[in-house]
Amino acid sequence: MSHLTDLPTWVAIPVCILLLLGSTITLIGSIGLIRLKTFYGRLHAPTLGASAGTVLICTASMITFAVLQNRWILHEVLIIVFVILTTPVTLMLLGQSALYRDRIEGKNDVPRKAAGEQPDTTGMDI
Amino acid sequence: MRYWFPYPLLSLALLMLWLLINQSLSPGQVVLGSVLGVVLAWIMVNLQPDKTRLKNYGVIAVLAGHVAADIVRSNIAVMSAILRAGKRPINSGFVTIDISLRDENALAVLACILTATPGTAWLEFDRQTGVLMIHVLDLENGAAWSELVRNRYEAPLKEIFE
Repeated sequence: MSHLTDLPTWVAIPVCILLLLGSTITLIGSIGLIRLKTFYGRLHAPTLGASAGTVLICTASMITFAVLQNRWILHEVLIIVFVILTTPVTLMLLGQSALYRDRIEGKNDVPRKAAGEQPDTTGMDI
Repeated sequence: MRYWFPYPLLSLALLMLWLLINQSLSPGQVVLGSVLGVVLAWIMVNLQPDKTRLKNYGVIAVLAGHVAADIVRSNIAVMSAILRAGKRPINSGFVTIDISLRDENALAVLACILTATPGTAWLEFDRQTGVLMIHVLDLENGAAWSELVRNRYEAPLKEIFE
């Protein structure tokens, strides 16, 4: 980490651009958490950080350390893959619990489950 | 062959993962990774997942390209929606889509795609009726969204998995 000053300019510029872009996108996503009014709307905001933010920041890190250590660094690919694979789980949990609660409370703006089934007794829904 | 390698793709993926984590291609790591891949695939047999075979490798590349383009586009769309949220109320809503995909792995991939794309969130899938409900942040036209999901993602996934 102490050799960051050795980074040549032609690498530093794209790395900075990527880092700034990625962190700006993540920041906007976090601002969305405050600005959006409904729970379901807020569900969308963090995915900005999880998709574009992660990819851009990881690419920046990959380029930096690949140049500094003069070899291919591919750890960050794993980070991207795992983040993309695991976010649906959390999002679905949050979304489903919100849906379940809204249906129990009988809010009108939430669609009913089709065909008059018992709500979620099986626990098998994806 | 099938007995020793019940899930060849899984074993291969685990080997790749191991080599990536260790950042090395030395013979020792390759052997260790292969052993891990094969042993973990045997453990997977006991979990009895649905067997799926990937059919169409060309379509996978096309789908991946579409998804990457959509992620970029929807990132920009959601960013502008958030930044304009103060002035203009966001018109978000639920969209229900009839889906004929039944393969578990294909549904899992579809869930990853829809979730990784900002602006759409997977909420609920009813296995009996095949109705998928998603929430769309910037909803202009519900029917257009359900067409988009069906043509752009479901059709290629069907080709790949079923």
